Amino acid sequence: MEKIRVEHLDFYYGNYRALSDVSIAIEEREITALIGPSGCGKSTFLRCLNRMNDTIRGTRVNGKVLLDGQDIYHRNTKVVELRKRVGMVFQRPNPFPQSIFSNVAFGPRVLGLMNRRDLASIVEESLRGAALWDEVKDRLNEDALSLALGQQQRLCIARTIAVKPEVILMDEPCSALDPIATLQIEELMQSLKTKYTIVIVTHNMQQAARVSDFTGFFWMGKLVEADVTDSVFTRPQKKLTEDYITGRAG
Amino acid sequence: MFAQKQAQAAHADWREFVIEALIRVLGFSTIGFVLLIFLFLLREGVPSFYKVPVSNLFGTRWYPNFDLFGTLPLLLGSVLVTVTAILIALPLGAATAVFVREVAPNWAREILKPMIEVLAGIPSVVLGFFGMHAVAPLIRGTLGIPTGLTVFTGALILAYMALPTIISVAEDALDAVPKSLRDAGLAMGATQWQTIWKVVVPAARSGITTAVMLGMGRAIGETMAVMMVTGNAARMPLSLDSLFRPARTMTATIAAEMGEVAQGSIHYHTLFGIGIILFLLTFLINLAAAATIFKKRRRGGLR
Repeated sequence: MEKIRVEHLDFYYGNYRALSDVSIAIEEREITALIGPSGCGKSTFLRCLNRMNDTIRGTRVNGKVLLDGQDIYHRNTKVVELRKRVGMVFQRPNPFPQSIFSNVAFGPRVLGLMNRRDLASIVEESLRGAALWDEVKDRLNEDALSLALGQQQRLCIARTIAVKPEVILMDEPCSALDPIATLQIEELMQSLKTKYTIVIVTHNMQQAARVSDFTGFFWMGKLVEADVTDSVFTRPQKKLTEDYITGRAG
Repeated sequence: MFAQKQAQAAHADWREFVIEALIRVLGFSTIGFVLLIFLFLLREGVPSFYKVPVSNLFGTRWYPNFDLFGTLPLLLGSVLVTVTAILIALPLGAATAVFVREVAPNWAREILKPMIEVLAGIPSVVLGFFGMHAVAPLIRGTLGIPTGLTVFTGALILAYMALPTIISVAEDALDAVPKSLRDAGLAMGATQWQTIWKVVVPAARSGITTAVMLGMGRAIGETMAVMMVTGNAARMPLSLDSLFRPARTMTATIAAEMGEVAQGSIHYHTLFGIGIILFLLTFLINLAAAATIFKKRRRGGLR
C-alpha cells in the first residue's frame, strides 16, 4: 500500500531552489531512508511532508504531496490535523522542560483528553511502545531533562506516538547519540514499523542500509535514485549513487 | 638596543599599573559608597527601634505629633498598593510580552520594543500628575466615591510604571526558549496558541517570575507618583472597601515628612526606621528574584 506519494515537488527558500522536481512513493509500514550529503535537501524534503517548513518565512512549494491520495498542500487541508497524522522526531532530543509524564501527555491533552486515568494509560502504552517504560516507570514526575540523551530521544518518540499518528518522520534522530543509544533507537524503529510508516533522514549510510526497506538518494536538491534498499546499496543504477555510497563523492 | 627595549617595557608596566589601580579604586569606591549609605541608614534608623516601644512602633496609628509612631498602616498601605499594582500589571505585561515576541509581525515588533522602553523613561512626577488630573476624577466619577485619590488609583499608576520592566524582561525570557521546543509543539499538532501557552510560557516561567519580582521592586520603592495619587491618609487598609479609599505608603511618608522634621528627634529616627523596613522588603524581593534565576541556571533551564 502506498501511504505518501510526492509528485514533482519544488521547494524554495526565497529565491534559492532547495528541491527540484522530486517524485517518490512511500510505502505504508515500511522504513524509507533518505540519504545524501549535507545541504542536499533531504531534511527540507522531510519537513515538506508535515508542512513544518510553513513556520519558516519566505518559503514556497510547488507540486503535490499526497497523503492517502489527499494533497496536503491543498487549501482545505488543516495543518494541525495533518501534523497529528504525520508526527516528527527531531535531530536533537527536544523534550519539554516538564515532567516525563507531562511530555507524553502533551499531545493527548492538546487533543482535549483530560481524564487522569485515560491519560495514565496512554502514557504507559506510549512509553512501552518507545521501549522506555521500564526505565522511567518509577520516576514519571521527574524532569524530562534529567534523562540521558538517548532516553530523551526515546521520550520524544513516545511523545510522538501518544497522538497515534500514521506516519513518523525522523530527522537524523541518532546524530546526537552514542552508539548504544543509536542501536536502541534502531531496534525501536523495527518494532514501530509494524504499526507506523517511517521516513528517516540520515547521513549515516550504514544506518540506512541496516534499518530501511527503501532508500532515496538526494544530491543537490534532486532525488537521484530511489529503490529497494538492497538494490541501492548493491546494484545502484546511477554512477553518482555508486560514487556516493562507496565514498568517492560527497 | 636591549637596554632601550627594557626601558620601554618598564614604562609600559608602570602605565599598566596606574590604569589598573585607577579602575580598581573606582570599582571599590562604588561598593564603599553603597556601604556608607547603608551604614548611615542604620545609624539614623536603628535608634527608633529602641527609643520607640515596640507596641507603639508596630501599632496601628501614625500620629507623630502625638508621639504615635505606628508603622503598620504604612507598611500595609505599601503592600496593598504594590500587590494590587502587580495583580494588574502581571496579566497585562505577560500578555504584551507574548504578543510582542510570539504573535506580532516583525515590523510591529521593531516599533513596539523601543516604544515600551520609552515608557520606562517617563518621569514618575509626570505620571503622578496624569494620575491626579485624569485617572482620579475618572475613578471618582465612575464609582461615585468622595475622592479619586485611592489605593486603586495608585495601583493603576504603579502598574503602568512597572509594565515596561515586566514586558522587556518577560520578552527576553520568551526569546530564550529554543526554537526546537516550539517546533516540537507544532509538530505534535498543537495550534500556535496551544504551543505558546503549553510549551513556551511554561518554559519561560522562571524568567517571567523574575520579571514580576523586578517590577515589584520598582513599584514598592516608587514615591512621587504614589504620594500624588493615593491620598496619603494613614489608615489601616483592612476594611473591604480599602481598595477604593485613600492610604499612605512608607515611601510617601518619608518624602512628605522628612522636610519638616526636627533633626535628631524620635520622629526623624522613625522615618529612617521606615527606610530600613523598606530596604529589607526590597532586599527580600530581589533575593527571591535572584533565587529563581539561580534555580533556573542550576537546572540548565536554557537548554
